[in-house]
Amino acid sequence: MSSKSGMFGAQGSGDTSGFGGLVRTAASTGSSERPYGGYFDDVADDLERAYPEFSDAIEQVVVDRGELTLHIKRDRLVEVAFKLRDTPSLRFEMCLGVSGVHYPERIGRELHIVYPLLSLTHNRRIRLEVSVPESDPHLPSLVEVWGGTNWHERETWDMFGIIFDGHPGLTRILMPDDWPGHPQRKDYPLGGIPIEYKGATVPAPSERRSYS
Amino acid sequence: MTQDIYAPSQETTEGRVYSVTGGDWDSLITEIGQTKEERVVVNMGPQHPSTHGVLRLVLELEGETITEVRAGIGYLHTGIEKNTEYRTWTQGVTFVTRMDYLAPIFNETAYCLSLEKLLGITNDIPERASVIRVLMMELNRISSHMVALGTGALELGALSPMIFAFREREKVLDLFEMISGLRMNMAYVRPGGVAQDLPAGAVKKIRETVTELRHNFKDNEKLLIGNTIWMKRTQGIGYLDLAGCTTLGITGPVLRSTGLPWDLRKTQPYCGYENYEFDVVTTDTCDVYGRFLIRMQELEQSLRIIEQACDKLDNLVGQPVMVADKKIAWPSQLSVGSDGIGNSLEHIREIMGTSMEALIHHFKLVTEGFHVPAGQAYASVESPRGETGVHLVSDGGTKPYRVHFREPSFNNLQSISAMCEGSMIADVVAAVASIDPVMGGVDR
Repeated sequence: MSSKSGMFGAQGSGDTSGFGGLVRTAASTGSSERPYGGYFDDVADDLERAYPEFSDAIEQVVVDRGELTLHIKRDRLVEVAFKLRDTPSLRFEMCLGVSGVHYPERIGRELHIVYPLLSLTHNRRIRLEVSVPESDPHLPSLVEVWGGTNWHERETWDMFGIIFDGHPGLTRILMPDDWPGHPQRKDYPLGGIPIEYKGATVPAPSERRSYS
Repeated sequence: MTQDIYAPSQETTEGRVYSVTGGDWDSLITEIGQTKEERVVVNMGPQHPSTHGVLRLVLELEGETITEVRAGIGYLHTGIEKNTEYRTWTQGVTFVTRMDYLAPIFNETAYCLSLEKLLGITNDIPERASVIRVLMMELNRISSHMVALGTGALELGALSPMIFAFREREKVLDLFEMISGLRMNMAYVRPGGVAQDLPAGAVKKIRETVTELRHNFKDNEKLLIGNTIWMKRTQGIGYLDLAGCTTLGITGPVLRSTGLPWDLRKTQPYCGYENYEFDVVTTDTCDVYGRFLIRMQELEQSLRIIEQACDKLDNLVGQPVMVADKKIAWPSQLSVGSDGIGNSLEHIREIMGTSMEALIHHFKLVTEGFHVPAGQAYASVESPRGETGVHLVSDGGTKPYRVHFREPSFNNLQSISAMCEGSMIADVVAAVASIDPVMGGVDR
């Protein structure tokens, strides 16, 4: 995965063993094999029955740490979401939120969008994951399926620059309306941004004072 | 009319804008009376005293009836999620505790549960640590509900409930101070357990406080339940039914006020909640009154859980409160010294005087932290406001790759439009109070 630099321009950690710099990335991101265990098989079977294009729409089914993740092609997302919500044996009535993750080194699928779903009827949880390339960060909005994703999608747009097509009002929600850039991207620095307030500019902490 | 030099009216592209600072209503009415515009847009907040912090509500009015509500948030955005990516996993606790500042223990526990899932040590957490987590969470639920009830009543014009509520909250904060050294933002729940064991005599003090609280809670019940003004301000106000809750992803007291007994402590237990006896409180009124009633009755359920936790702690004296794996467990315990709280002297003596390996171990774990296997996890707890969910992604390093909080305040605040459109301005205040949003959690 990508490397990070510290705050305020500090370089290196003083780590002489090299141990701290070790990063063990995931051994495999391949699909899990059946049986998935627990209710995950039921969910997969029911979805396959309710949605004949299952094998075409689902890129991967991953079971990890007791959680089921369905990786879905972005153009099939809304169809799958409706099936998950409305099929009586699935009934995922709630989408609890939207979370983005930026993996700059995964070329062609840099931005991931993660939806945790909850079924009150069957007391189950699953997770949907969609990936889009940074050069074309579009995917369909789920507001028509679960109204509560409205603010969450705005937040994900604000933080990652992911565009949810069909959203009723995709504007920034946490950052100021005229803010340039999307802070949660990995290439966006922590700190180091001058602060503008009523015309005056406060320099970034790293540039307020020189110690040299 | 005289021109207000501090807040003059001005022409904008959206139409004429008037600023009201209080006391100038007469001149405002005269001025507005001269315009032909029928539609009035009112900005309530971000500094309005009854909006629970820096929340801006844009109300479109027809007379006193609201035709449209939009919430403007983000005034308290602090970038906590971004910040955690630059610190170790353990330091993350110190950040996330500051999100929803009225429910710090819930943020910490949700974060730690998710992290423990990533580490695969969920089943290795010592029982005493889980019981202490439950104890702290329920104490925190009381202190949080006290603010919800107190400020909620205050915003509707009832002053005394606030005084009583904060009196009780203070007692709970005293307990927090005794146990963790801090009254808020404790960073007490840590990956693998809790920061330190309860101090001597803590259980006895908690039991005494429980008795006191149970007695004193009646004061507020007497003041509010059956009070004609209170009932008129809350009954049938802020209506949101089950269908509305599910589509908007609403959890917590707002969901339970529709009659659905959905409480993660019962439906998807964590930290051993399945071993406690308590009831899930519901009402079927779908309104502000029902939500306040739920919060009031949940106080008693929390007290029940705290008493059971105290009994369990009596049987677990001397048990560890941190996971046994030394590669994860925080190396030192804290203690109160002459200069405040810090590393225990015993530990300092050991690492500085007797064991160089222990010193290296301490140094490595504190400066670099532990490695977390790559992957993602989601864990959630039932916070006073609903489901606090934490989505963590690790790249295999010693720092989080992504921390995302599914904040119930953020999610639930969306429902303000559904609750308020078509009602009166005064009801907005009641509806916001019944959602009980904490802006630190909303904006993160």
